[in-house]
Amino acid sequence: MTEPLSFELSRAGVHEPRLPAAGVDAPGPSDLLPREMLRQNPPELPRLSEPETMRHYSRMASLNYSISEEFYPLGSCTMKYNPVANEAAAALSGFADLHPYQDEEFAEGALELMWKLERALCEVVGVDRVTLQPAAGAHGEWTALRMIQAYHRSRGDRRTEVLVPDSAHGTNPASAALSGFEVVEVKSGPDGRISLGDLESKLSPRVAALMLTNPNTLGLFEREILDVAEMVHATGAMLYYDGANLNAFMGVCRPGDMGFDAVHMNLHKTFTTPHGGGGPGAGPVGVKAELAPFLPHPTVERSNGHFKLDHRRPKSIGRVRSFYGNFGMLVRAYTYILAMGGDGLKQASLDAVLSANYLRKQVQGVLELPHAGPCMHEFVASAHNLAPQGIRALDVAKGLLDRDFYAPTIYFPLVVPEAIMVEPTETESKATLDAFATALKDIVQEAKTNPERLHQAPVRTPVGRLDEVGTARKIGAYLSGQSDDPILRWKKPSN
Amino acid sequence: MPYLVHTEHDREEMLAALGVESMEDLLIDIPTSLRVDRLNLPDGLSELETMAEMHGLADRNRVFPDRLTFRGGGVYRRFIPTAVAAVTGKPEFYTAYTPYQPEASQGTLQAIFEFQTLIAELTAMDVANASLYDGATAVAEASMMARVQTGRDEILVAGYVHPEYVEVLRTFSEGRGMKVRRGDEPNPRTAAVVFQQPDFLGLLVDARGLTERAHAAGALAIACVDPISLAIIAPPGEYGADIAVGEGQQLGLSPSFGGPHVGFIACSKDLVRRLPGRLIGSSHDSLGRRGFVLTLTAREQHIRREKATSNICTNHSLCALAASVYMTYMGEAGLRDVADVSFRRAHSLAERLGKLPGWQPLFPERQFLNEFPMIVPKSRQVMRRLSRKGILGGLEVGRWFRELKDVVTFTCTEVNDPAAIDQLVEALSA
Repeated sequence: MTEPLSFELSRAGVHEPRLPAAGVDAPGPSDLLPREMLRQNPPELPRLSEPETMRHYSRMASLNYSISEEFYPLGSCTMKYNPVANEAAAALSGFADLHPYQDEEFAEGALELMWKLERALCEVVGVDRVTLQPAAGAHGEWTALRMIQAYHRSRGDRRTEVLVPDSAHGTNPASAALSGFEVVEVKSGPDGRISLGDLESKLSPRVAALMLTNPNTLGLFEREILDVAEMVHATGAMLYYDGANLNAFMGVCRPGDMGFDAVHMNLHKTFTTPHGGGGPGAGPVGVKAELAPFLPHPTVERSNGHFKLDHRRPKSIGRVRSFYGNFGMLVRAYTYILAMGGDGLKQASLDAVLSANYLRKQVQGVLELPHAGPCMHEFVASAHNLAPQGIRALDVAKGLLDRDFYAPTIYFPLVVPEAIMVEPTETESKATLDAFATALKDIVQEAKTNPERLHQAPVRTPVGRLDEVGTARKIGAYLSGQSDDPILRWKKPSN
Repeated sequence: MPYLVHTEHDREEMLAALGVESMEDLLIDIPTSLRVDRLNLPDGLSELETMAEMHGLADRNRVFPDRLTFRGGGVYRRFIPTAVAAVTGKPEFYTAYTPYQPEASQGTLQAIFEFQTLIAELTAMDVANASLYDGATAVAEASMMARVQTGRDEILVAGYVHPEYVEVLRTFSEGRGMKVRRGDEPNPRTAAVVFQQPDFLGLLVDARGLTERAHAAGALAIACVDPISLAIIAPPGEYGADIAVGEGQQLGLSPSFGGPHVGFIACSKDLVRRLPGRLIGSSHDSLGRRGFVLTLTAREQHIRREKATSNICTNHSLCALAASVYMTYMGEAGLRDVADVSFRRAHSLAERLGKLPGWQPLFPERQFLNEFPMIVPKSRQVMRRLSRKGILGGLEVGRWFRELKDVVTFTCTEVNDPAAIDQLVEALSA
C-alpha cells in the first residue's frame, strides 16, 4: 500500500480555508510595497480540503511502525514507552502558550520547572549544574566540548586533541572536530572495553578530553573506569560522558562519581520524551563545578524564592540555541521524573538490565555473542555465523520487519562485524522478549532452509527493499545537470 | 511505578532463566565503591498527583490571550488549525523512531519528503532538507556551508538579524574557523553575507541589493526569512540568494516558551552536497512501488565521523510534520490571506500608535509587513502598565541594541482582531 503525495492529490478549485477579514481600513501589501519586493510566481502548494488532508495524513500514519504498536529493539536508542501524561502536561496552556519573551515574573512556573528539572538531573548523574539548552544529543556533546575547551583556554592551556574510542557513536568525533579539535582514536581491547595500554599511549598534555560512553556501545560496563578517570585527570584532561546509555544504571551508580566532568543526557531516550520520527529531542549537559562558569547563558537561578534567568555570565561559551532550549520536551521529562520518582528510576534501570540479559540469554546459540556477559541494558550480537548462507545483519533486520518487530541497530558498533545491537528497555514485557527471541530463531532457521526468502524480505511492509543506490545515483545525475528530476522533492510535471 | 511492566514473578523467572540469584549478579562489573543505594529524589507520584503538580507549575505562568498578544521577536501567535495537533498527536507519528528502516517508516519519510518540497516551493529554492533545530542553528549551519564552499572564513552579518541567532552563530563559529563581523560591505575574506528579511525589527531590507553585493565579492548570500511572508514578498530564490533559512514556528507550532520549533534550510543545486542533516529522496522497490529513503548519507557524521562538516544527527521531524500539515491545510491562498490580514492590521495599528503623544515610528521611510518598531517614551513603564491590563505589549529591543533604547516592536497577526487593536490603543491612551 502506498499513498499519493499531497501534491498529486491537489485539485484546483478546492475551497480555500476561511480566514477572518482584516476588518480594518488599511492598505494591503500591493498598495504599499514596490513591485520588485513582491513575489512574482506563487509557490506550488497543494490544494486539499480538510477531509482529504486528514485522510492523507492518517494513511501515511498507518505506513509507520511506532513504539505505540511495535517493539523497537534499537540498541543505543532506548525506545521506551512514551507516557501519555507527558503529552498532556506539555499541552497545558500555561506551558504551550507561553511566549519566550514574557517578563520573567509572568513565567515563574516555567523557570521553576527548569530549575527543578536541573536539580533532578544533577542528582541522577552526579554533577553540580546542568544546561537545558541543547536541542539534541549531538548538540549537547558539542556544547560540552566547547565548555571543556573554554575551561582549558581560561587557564592558558591550548589543548588540541580529543580522544574517542573506536566503538564510539559517529557524532563523538564529528562534535570534537567541529569544536576545532583533532580526533585521536583509542582502541578497544579484546573484551570490548577501552584498552588502558592504548589510552596511556595516546594521553599527553595535548589532550583536552576523553569522550566515553559507559556502559560502552557494546553494552559492557567499563570496569576500570576509576583507573581511566585517574589517568585522564593526571594529564590535566577532562572526562566527557556520552549519555546515550544512561538508562543502564540510574540509581545504581552515577557518571559524576566515576570521575566524569561533563555529562550529556538524551531526554528522548532515558527520560521518555517521544522520538517524533526523528526529533525534537533534548540534550542537556551536566557539569562539575569547575566547568559551571562556562555554561551557555542564560541559566536559571533561584533567589529569595523567585526564579530568574541569569544572562550575565562573563565566561559563558555563549548561546547554543535560541531562547531556552526545547522547553516542551523539558516539561515532558520532568513529568516523567515526578511520576517515576527516585525509586522508579532505579527500578527502571534494573529492569532494563534484567531484560537485556534475559534476551541475550535467549539469543545465545542463535546468533554469535562476541563478548562475555553479563551485559548492562543492551547487548551486541553478530550475524557472522550466517555468512555461509549468505545472510547478513541487514537480512536479519528485514526479516524482523516481516515478523512485526522493528529492526535492531545494525552495523554498529563498527568494531563488531555484522553487528546486531539490541536494547529491549524496561517497558517491554517478558512475553514480548520471548516472542522476539522466537522470531530471531525463526529467521536463523529460514537462513538455513530458504535464504532467498530472507534476501527478499520484507514482503509484509507497505513497500519492499528500496533501491537506495539508484536514488543516490539519480540525485547525482540531477546535480550534474544530466536530469531535471531532483529526486529530493516533488516537481510539477512540465506540460 | 506506572510505566514498568515486569511483575515480581516475571523478575524471578528471568533471573532463574539466567541462573543467577539476584540483580546483584548482573551488576558485578560496577565497582562497589561506585554503587549508590538510592537517588536523593522523592518517590514516584500517582498520575493524579503528578498532574496536579504540573498544573500548579503551569498556573504560575501568566498566559496572555492570543488576541491581546502584540509581542513577537521571533515567536508569534498565529491561528493553528485543529488539524495540526490531530495529526501530530497520532502515536504512529510521534512515537516513531528516526526512519532508519525505510520499509517500516514510509509515513514519516513521505511526510518529510513533502516538507522538503513545501519549503523548496515557499523559498523558491532548488532543494530543502528534512529540517534543523531552530532558526538560530539554521543560520549557523548555513554559514558553515558557505565557509566550506568558499574556503573563506568571514561571516558578515548585515543589519538587524535576530540577536540570539547571531549569538548562536558566534558560539558555532569558534572551533569551526569562522569569524563573525557586523556590517554590509563584504571583502575578499567574506564567505557569506547573512541578512534577515524582514529584519528583527520587522523592517524590509534590500535583499536583492545585499545578494548582489555578496555575489560581486565572491561571497554567498544567506537569507533568513519569515515563512509566512513568502506568500507575498519575493522569496530568496527570486532574488538569487544561495541559501534560505528560517524559523518555522509560525507554521502551526505553539510558542511553548521558545521551543521545540523547527529550523528550515534550502539551497541552490550547486550546494546540495553541503547541506547538513537529513535528506529524503524518492525511490522504488523491486515491484516498482514508490517509496522514500534517507539519502546522500555519505555527507553525514555517522559515515564521515571527524571529517563531517556538521554533527547534526536527527532533525525536528515532528515539528516539520506540523509545518507540513499547516501548509497543506492553508494552501497558497490561505497563506496569502494570513499574510495579507496581518499586514493590514499591523499597518492600521502602526498608524494609530503613531498618533499617541510622543510616540513615533523608527525609520518611518522603511516598509514593514506585520511587525514594526516604535519609539515609545518611558517604554518600560508603558509595557508594565499594559501587562497589568492583561495585554502583552510590544518587545523592548533596547536590551540587545544599546542604540535602540525605548524602541519597542509591535506585532499584529490574524489573531489580533480589530477589537483587540482598539483595546490596546485605548489602554495606551488612558
